Parts: sequence; C-alpha cells; structure tokens
Amino acid sequence: MNVAPLGIAAAPLASALPAQRCPVSSGQLLAACRLAWEQGGQLAALWGSDERDRARGFSLRVLLADGEGFTLLEHTLPDADARYPDLSSIFPAANRMQRAAFDLSGLQCDADDQRPWLWQAAWPIDVFPLRRDFAVSPKWEPGEEDYPFVRVAGDGVHEIAVGPVHAGIIEPGHFRFQVVGEKVLRLEERLAYVHKGIEKRFETMPLAEGNRLAGRISGDSTVAYAWAYAQAAEAIADIVVPPRAAALRGLCLERERIANHLGDLGYLGNDGGFAFGLSQFSRLKEDVLRANAAAFGHRLMMDAIVPGGVAADLPAEAIPALRRQCADLAREVRVLRDIYDDHAGLQDRFRTCGVASHELALKLGLTGLAARASGVASDLRCDFPTPPYDRLDVRLASRNEGDVAARVAVRFEELFESLRLSRVLLETLPQGEVAVLYPPTAGERFGLGAIEGWRGPVLVALDSGRGGTIRRCHAHDPSWQNWPALEHAVIGNIVPDFPLINKSFNLSYSGHDL
Amino acid sequence: MLHVLRQIARTGIKTEPWPSPATENVEVERLHTQIRRTLGRALTIREVDAGSCNGCELEIHALGNPYYNLEGLGIRFVASPRHADMLLVTGPVSKHMAIALKRTYDATPDPKLVVAVGDCGCTGGIFGESYASFGRVANVIPVDVAVPGCPPTPTALLRGILAAITAGPAAADRADGAPRSQAV
Repeated sequence: MNVAPLGIAAAPLASALPAQRCPVSSGQLLAACRLAWEQGGQLAALWGSDERDRARGFSLRVLLADGEGFTLLEHTLPDADARYPDLSSIFPAANRMQRAAFDLSGLQCDADDQRPWLWQAAWPIDVFPLRRDFAVSPKWEPGEEDYPFVRVAGDGVHEIAVGPVHAGIIEPGHFRFQVVGEKVLRLEERLAYVHKGIEKRFETMPLAEGNRLAGRISGDSTVAYAWAYAQAAEAIADIVVPPRAAALRGLCLERERIANHLGDLGYLGNDGGFAFGLSQFSRLKEDVLRANAAAFGHRLMMDAIVPGGVAADLPAEAIPALRRQCADLAREVRVLRDIYDDHAGLQDRFRTCGVASHELALKLGLTGLAARASGVASDLRCDFPTPPYDRLDVRLASRNEGDVAARVAVRFEELFESLRLSRVLLETLPQGEVAVLYPPTAGERFGLGAIEGWRGPVLVALDSGRGGTIRRCHAHDPSWQNWPALEHAVIGNIVPDFPLINKSFNLSYSGHDL
Repeated sequence: MLHVLRQIARTGIKTEPWPSPATENVEVERLHTQIRRTLGRALTIREVDAGSCNGCELEIHALGNPYYNLEGLGIRFVASPRHADMLLVTGPVSKHMAIALKRTYDATPDPKLVVAVGDCGCTGGIFGESYASFGRVANVIPVDVAVPGCPPTPTALLRGILAAITAGPAAADRADGAPRSQAV
C-alpha cells in the first residue's frame, strides 16, 4: 500500500514477500488503517514488543496486508502509561489481538473492551510475561477468573456452557451459547486454555533452532510454521535456499494440506451422520502419513524444514512411491467426492448451514480456506508466489456460498490441486544441495515470514538479537481472524449443527493461544 | 447407495490382523492379540488435551482409522470422564488447564489409569516449565504410564495403552507423582 500520501516514510522490510515497514504516530496509525480498509486491505496481525532496553519504550506493531504486500506500522509508546488508539472499529479482528497485547506485553489500548484475553489468572494481572524485566514467582497459583460473558435475556432464553474439556478428542476451549429452544441466539468463545508461553520460550532459543519450537505451535500445521519461521530467519541472514530445498519444502507443505483436508473431509462426513466417509478418508490419510514417514522420516514431517533448507534429502525410492500415491489418491478421492455430492442426507446437512457471507468475511477479515469459501479470492501461493510456487501457477479454489458445503467444496478442490502440485514437484525436482549453512548471525535485524498453510496464512515476525539469539518472535495463526467469524456463522443455526459448523472451520486452539 | 456399497467392497478390510512384511503391521497384530488377551472386555478412554500443540491429538485420532481399528478391540473414547477407565493426557499441562485436568481426574471413577502422552506429557518437552506451563503431566496428577514421542506413533500409543492395562492402577505407590513405567 502506498503510505506516502499520509506523509509516512516507508523502508523495506526483510522478507521473501513484498513488505515495508513504517514508523507512525498515533494519528498516522489510524489514518493508515483507515486507508488500508478503504482500499480493501486487511489487518494481518497485531502485537507488542518491549523496547525499553533500546530506550524506545514499547513498540506496537500492526501488520496490514493488501494486494501489494505487507505493511508493518510501528508505533512507539514512550512508557507503560501511554495508550494507543482502538483499531477494532476499523478492523474488528483487532479486538482480541489488542487484548492479548495487553495481557502479554502490557500495551494499553483506548478500547472499550478491556477484558483479558490470553490471561486467565495464572499469573498476576499487573505482571506482563513478555516484558524484559519479567520474573516468575513460585508463589503464583492458577486462580479462577470470573470472565464477564455477554448474556442474552428474554423469555425462554437459556445458556449452554461447553468446555474447556470437550466431549471428543479436541483441543480445549470454552463456548458459551445463548439459546432459545434449539436455536443459537449468540455464541461467545473463551480461549487461551492452552497458552503455554511460546513467545517467551522463543527468547531462550538460538536463532538457528527456533524452527523446532515454531513447528510445535500448532501440530497440524508444523510444516507451515517451520517454513514461515525459516523464511523469516533466512530474510534476516539474507540467504537463499537451494532450488531443490524450495521444491522439497513445497512438497511437504502440499502433503500437509492433503493430510489435513483428507482428515477434515472424513470428520465432516462423520459429523453429518455419514460414518462411511470417516473410515474412507481416515484410511487415505493414514496412507499419506505412512508415506511421509518413509520419505521424510516423520509422519507429520516435523523438523523437516530448517533455516537454510530442509533437514534431509528424499530417499531415491521415495520419489516413485510418492508419485504413485498422488495418482492413487486422486482416483480414490474422485470416487468419494461423487459419493458425497450424490448423498442427499449429507448435502442436506452441509448446504445453508453455518453461513459466513461474503460481506461478513470482508468485515471480519476472514482469511485462508474459510475466506475462499466465502468468495474472498486470496491465497499467498497465488498472490505472492515464492519458490517453488513461482513456477507452479497455483489454481486458487473459491466458492461464494460461505456455508459448510462451500468449505467442503474448497477442501476437495484444494486437495486435487495439491495432488497436482505434488506430482509436478516430484517430476521436476531440481538437482543439487538441499540446504546451505545457516550463518551465526551477529546483527540485530527484523524479518517476516508468511506461508499459506492448509488453514490459511501463517505469519512469523522475527527479531534477532546479538550473537544468533532470538530477541522477540511473534507467530500469528489464521485462527485469530477466523474464530470470531465462527461466532457469527453459528447464529440462527441449531445447537446440534454446531459441531459440524465448527469442524468445517477447524480452527487451531494451540496456534491461537500460544 | 450402490456407489457406497461398491466402494466398501472395493476397499475391503484394512485392519491389520494378519502378519505381513511391513514391521508396523506385524507389531499392530501382536499388540491387538495382547490387548485382547489382557482386556477380555471393554476399555473406555477419556482423552484430555491439557496444553498440547495438537500433534498428539492427530495420532490419537489415527488410532480410530481402519488400520488400527481401536474400537474393534473394544476400546472406546468416551465423552465424559465419569464413563472412563483411563485418561489419556497430552501436552505440557498449561497453567490454564491445570484446574480442569484435576477436576477431570477427580471425576473419573476409581480404579483409574492415567497415560501421559508425548514428550511434553512425559517431561514437559520443548515447552518445559514456565510461567504458563507446569511441564509434565505427573507434576499435576498421578501417572501410570508415560508414552514418549513427538508425537508418539499410533503403534507406540497402542503399546502404552497395553502397558497401562497390564500394569494396572498404581495408586498406592506413586505418592511422588512419578510415572511407574515408561512404554518405549
């Protein structure tokens, strides 16, 4: 986005994607956000950083995304008492991010909603873990917070509280439904149950090894996170990975997408009352995971991507095996898609269920797979292709209905496209090295990584410290934008459809709670 | 409907009860036999994610696929701890989940088994102990068996479940909260 008309100076930001950074005053911050919104831009992430050791108070970082790339707005708060303007009236998705920036860094926002978000009474509310002078006390005991949920009153309205421990094998979180009869009037989410101090943990790790922690932010997206981290680290060190490494990374990312889409399609069938779908798709997913173990040494491909390249080359025999599997899977999934499409009972559950309209998607900044099912045509692999995607011409999958059926259809389309991409990558695998040495970086630099994971864009903003350390690392999951949209998509639906709607989004708790 | 039946017939039975050259299959077969012999009846499991990255959950889900066919052994995941014989607990226990985990443990009727899953459940893993994490599961509730791995494979999980049911509840001798045995 062009910030010059606002009198803002922009400098390049180290990243494989087009990106710039701009220091802004609080007035410029608001003006830039408004301009971005008017031009179709969205809030990508918001976080804070303690810069008092550099005599620069606290830094609020607001990352915007539009068709031209990323713009990082950096607003300095001179001390802990300073406040920054509420951005949630422009970008509703800012609400929870602003609350999280207070909980972890103590950055104060002018917003009306001052409820905690990542804080749940496990540490004192006036102590901030991401401040550099933070010290843990053994005396702190987890307490129980009294979270002020919004209540709906009226004849016959009652409340259903679910979680944090859910009935299935799912991550923990709390859902508070206000219902009348079976109909959902309102849903409010309370997350942060799996907050485990990941961002603080990053600061104790060497820069060259942070990919291991990044790969465990959300296990189902381990490849996307490790790659986003590696991309940021490589931008900092100004190195380019060999073509073979880029191709193998692409192969890993597409196989991660294939495995997750297969799993979701199975569970979506199951939640629609069609257990056949679960047995079929879960068997195909298992085939993929076993082939991953043979080819990459790990069923989920954890730690396969390292700064500088990939950890190991493919064994020679894996290439024909993986190619065969792509062809087999495409054939099998075609049969299953026809069965899903022809199944009246299943389609009855899928269609018009849990609608996120195009308008809602734009307003809330819905992102990734869910956004593409609501007519938002955006995919980092298509919009800003980095190697190996620059030579693959990725076909973007999109639907307009925004219902469960649309999210199912996008998954099917992306599945076929990922199988095609995998085949092309395997057929055109460049020769050569699979990694370059990641240099022990001395300087303090800032880099951004952005990878289109199966759920949506995964972002890693990395500040390196002296001597190859991590000064600050902020990872952003697409679930931040999409969790609030789920609250809207469920309104007016019946309670028994919630599991199906929830599954159709399949958002990450761990990636969000950090 | 015809399509569905044809696909079922074409797929055949994928569960791995027969020995085959792949070691994984032989292992699953052996474990199935052992679990059947030891169990002789149903086992109900309540899974609790106490702070995991969700990697362990993916592999626990895989236990239900046709290859491992956990339900075929009479082992079922149940919706309430009150219906459970065993808790399968993942994650470094986040401070925000500690109370919920303890309540889940208390709600599970005695005698009960606890299996800590994954490197994080065993030791705290890469997250360790911090302002937000209690580390290993045994730091919060008594643990019978710990299954390492990041995440453990479905076969390792089957082995861990087997180790717990053969060893039995160990309530008396784990005052220190340390796991009694490690499944490898």
